[in-house]
Amino acid sequence: MNRINQTLEKTRQEGRKALVTYIVCGDPVVDATLVTMHKMVASGVDIIELGVPFSDPMAEGPVIALGHERALANKTSLKSTMAVVKAFRETNNDTPVVLMGYANPVERMGYEVFAQRASEAGGDGLLTVDLPPEEAEPLNEQLKKVGIENIFLIAPTTTKDRAQQIANLAGGFLYYVSLKGVTGAGHLDVGSVEAKLAELRQLTDLPICVGFGIKDAQTAKAIAKTADGAVVGSLLVDKMGALAEQPAEDIADAVVDLIRPIREGLDELKS
Amino acid sequence: MTEVEKTSIDYAQFPDKKGHFGIYGGRFVSETLMPALDELEEMYNRLKDDPSFQKEFDEDLAHYVGRPSPLYYAQRWSDRLGGAKIYLKREDLNHTGAHKVNNTIGQALLAKYSGKSRIIAETGAGQHGVASATVAARLGLQCEVYMGADDVKRQSLNVYRMKLLGAKVHAVTSGSRTLKDAMNEAMRDWVTNVDDTFYIIGTVAGPHPYPQLVRDFQCVIGREAREQCLEMTGKLPDALVACVGGGSNAIGLFHPFLEDEDVKIYGVEAGGHGVETGEHAAPLNDGVPGVLHGNRTYLMEDEDGQIIETHSVSAGLDYPGVGPEHAWLKDIGRAEYVAINDDEAMDAFRDLTRIEGIMPALESSHALAYAAKLAPTMGKDEVIVVNLSGRGDKDILTVAAIDGIEV
Repeated sequence: MNRINQTLEKTRQEGRKALVTYIVCGDPVVDATLVTMHKMVASGVDIIELGVPFSDPMAEGPVIALGHERALANKTSLKSTMAVVKAFRETNNDTPVVLMGYANPVERMGYEVFAQRASEAGGDGLLTVDLPPEEAEPLNEQLKKVGIENIFLIAPTTTKDRAQQIANLAGGFLYYVSLKGVTGAGHLDVGSVEAKLAELRQLTDLPICVGFGIKDAQTAKAIAKTADGAVVGSLLVDKMGALAEQPAEDIADAVVDLIRPIREGLDELKS
Repeated sequence: MTEVEKTSIDYAQFPDKKGHFGIYGGRFVSETLMPALDELEEMYNRLKDDPSFQKEFDEDLAHYVGRPSPLYYAQRWSDRLGGAKIYLKREDLNHTGAHKVNNTIGQALLAKYSGKSRIIAETGAGQHGVASATVAARLGLQCEVYMGADDVKRQSLNVYRMKLLGAKVHAVTSGSRTLKDAMNEAMRDWVTNVDDTFYIIGTVAGPHPYPQLVRDFQCVIGREAREQCLEMTGKLPDALVACVGGGSNAIGLFHPFLEDEDVKIYGVEAGGHGVETGEHAAPLNDGVPGVLHGNRTYLMEDEDGQIIETHSVSAGLDYPGVGPEHAWLKDIGRAEYVAINDDEAMDAFRDLTRIEGIMPALESSHALAYAAKLAPTMGKDEVIVVNLSGRGDKDILTVAAIDGIEV
């Protein structure tokens, strides 16, 4: 069984909300990534989304877009991101890692080669922001062969028919984009998220994690009430960028300081 | 009139239902935008065959843009070159000075029918931005234009024109600070304001149905040129030449001739400092298929799939991708894509200005430079139609800088 499904099965059984965190590989310095991943796990992160930097990150707000620029300046690539996953697996065989990025680097590597290498490195899922279900089938076919889950986004604008189509193709969990906008935007509407999630629950049994716009324990808690997990990204990437000159350990500790209250907030929802 | 053979491909059937031209095109955007694209496609399919929509479009083109644009026989230049007769399709004489307005008129009508109150656009050289600001002013719509910070500098005249027209211009400082980054930023705006905003894409790229609808709006160029050429020369042209950045003026000229197998078609990319130097904007000459800005097409990228910076003296051609239909026409061999470098384009700019008294845009100068190479290899009774896609006034400061003159 894939680590994503195992993990979300477990959090569900324990009545816990999953905490999913996003950082960009190679940001702000190359050696910050691995140590941050391990420390995040130690502070209660359930799933890591590892951003694969891209030159044209169209769906990102300014904070994560800068993270991509810093990572590229550090020569981070899809290949080197996979190497980090592999290194992570040397001491962690439980925490799922989802590679999150854009279609072109995966296209360039080739779908089959990508699937092979991602699986060998110990990756569990892939989320390509700009690969909607209409264009995803050739990649899905390759991912299925190696047991990597294809994670799809569902947006506030997604119609019921589309949501069904996406749920049919998706694996792991559904990533519900909480707002119309880019990552890190500040206009979260908890009520509309709850309504949409109720609708999605009727279409699928897949776990649903919610992201975009979660800034602190309070928003995480409000969102996670009806979700299976909350995704936090911009908050962490912003902090990491500000500490670019600091030692990698200190960067990782600062991330942990941000995560701790969110973990606690989510645990207050424990049923 | 000679009857020309028809090819077996029915070009009107492309793109297919999912927006593909062969393996190219499609719809590669984040989920938030997918329903908006579905809506746009549905609306466009309904309106494109609606006689009242077509009538409104045609009337705007006639009375506001000033169409049909003339086809002009550049006799003096042709004689100098000593070969084929060169005819210029005078898109530079359109209102706002380039072919771009054909498309913005069409998309502004779509915006009006969609009931959205705000339009956004990306722009490179500023021509599409000016054309968008123009139609927005006329329809009383709010308009915001995204432009790379470097382009804001090198096309300051167009920036000021947009401001005079009431548009807000955002200088984009992310990435390489040119057209591709402007397009990223416009997409970010659209995803945030999708409920009330219509995105007017300026070229035949982007997610389906943009490459199709922009092409359809620009095809007026080729339809007119076809008729005018038959009338003036008694036959179809032997060759068509147009510059290709995203490729909207080119597809507009080419498309109505695709089934006329004997008409040779040349798209001219920006060779910058020379294709062999790597400093250019010629993905069809030196790129690979990939995914950017909503479509699969030829791209300039490195071995990790990162988009690389392009170079061209002309801001309007300085883009690492190209419309997906061009990618397909290249692969099936219907059109040939060549490159002209900065210096060659500058020579053509000066020649046409001095010999014909027509100052072409630096973008169009690439097409002219290739026609100047092609003409001497052809017979005197043969005809080349070149798309003179825009006028050169906007480029005067760039040319002056190259000449070391302060204006």
